[in-house]
Amino acid sequence: MSGLWWWILAGCAVAYGTKLLGYLVPERILENERMTRAAGTLTIGLLASLTIVNTVATGTSVVFDARIAALVAAGVALLLRAPFLVVVMAGAGAAALSRYLGWG
Amino acid sequence: MSPSGSMARLEIVPSTFFTPATKIGLSISVATGLYAISYGALGVAAGLNIWQIAALSLLMFTGGSQFAFIGVIAGGGSPGAAFGAATLLGVRNAVYGMQVKSMIRPRGLKKLLAVQLTIDESTATAAGQGDPAEQKRGFWVAGIGVYLLWNIFTIVGALLGDAMGDPKTWGLDGAAVAAFLGLLWPRLKSSEPIAVASVCALVTVLAVPLVPPGVPILVAAIVAGVWGYFGRGPSDEGLEPDIKPRGTREELA
Repeated sequence: MSGLWWWILAGCAVAYGTKLLGYLVPERILENERMTRAAGTLTIGLLASLTIVNTVATGTSVVFDARIAALVAAGVALLLRAPFLVVVMAGAGAAALSRYLGWG
Repeated sequence: MSPSGSMARLEIVPSTFFTPATKIGLSISVATGLYAISYGALGVAAGLNIWQIAALSLLMFTGGSQFAFIGVIAGGGSPGAAFGAATLLGVRNAVYGMQVKSMIRPRGLKKLLAVQLTIDESTATAAGQGDPAEQKRGFWVAGIGVYLLWNIFTIVGALLGDAMGDPKTWGLDGAAVAAFLGLLWPRLKSSEPIAVASVCALVTVLAVPLVPPGVPILVAAIVAGVWGYFGRGPSDEGLEPDIKPRGTREELA
């Protein structure tokens, strides 16, 4: 099996272990406000970082291309309260259109 | 309505099955399951094969982490960095596990199943109910429903992505951007989460030229974790389902 497979299976095992942890540890440890708050900000920070990396990173350089159009289109769709799948299609459509028109 | 506590097992009895909790659980299953189409297609675009994409849905089964894993790979990051991002994004599931345990109290083999089904949507569906029997129904219906549909639509998405050919022509890289913004959006409900998101986005951009691909995400994670641990905001920011169960009530009416 390739290295990628091992990382996938390890990721799955740790994901299950993380869920299980909540069932096993005494409530007072995870109910600690600091831990709950850190779990929340961690989620927000990671999703913001993943959004931006997928928008501007190409390897180790920062590039502005058709993906910016996707970010703007997705933002507009979200403001209009579109469902998730419509938001994703708006992003794809904006990137594809922008490339078709010769940018990015 | 059956007396509280009698629904230790999910019994499919027509007269009691369509309670408010099961209706919410079913509708959230459909809504969440459908967006596995984008996960499957993006997985192919990232270069994973269909078995790897399917394995993540079957075994990891926590959407945000799965999107993170393929998102890092798509950006040229190492599998180790993908593992790191997926693992950190799954940390909130430990908090959900604690909440579900206190509501559902599963035992034996059922507990091992409940662990795997502990995600944003099943936790939120259960937590939205007042009656303990309804909490149980909500958890199991949303958990099992999302699990089945998520895995089916993962395959549909992967086959679609495979048939599409060059991902850039169809703007699939733009779809990834939109998917992450869509996952982030419902969590930005007050000024603190917006500040966390903005700072982490800035840190990411600054880190991209300095460290290997995938690592900027982990740098942002450290900033966010430290912020939360030493911050003073409310303790439940960011712990929100991707699709809110409460928002689906009008659709059912």
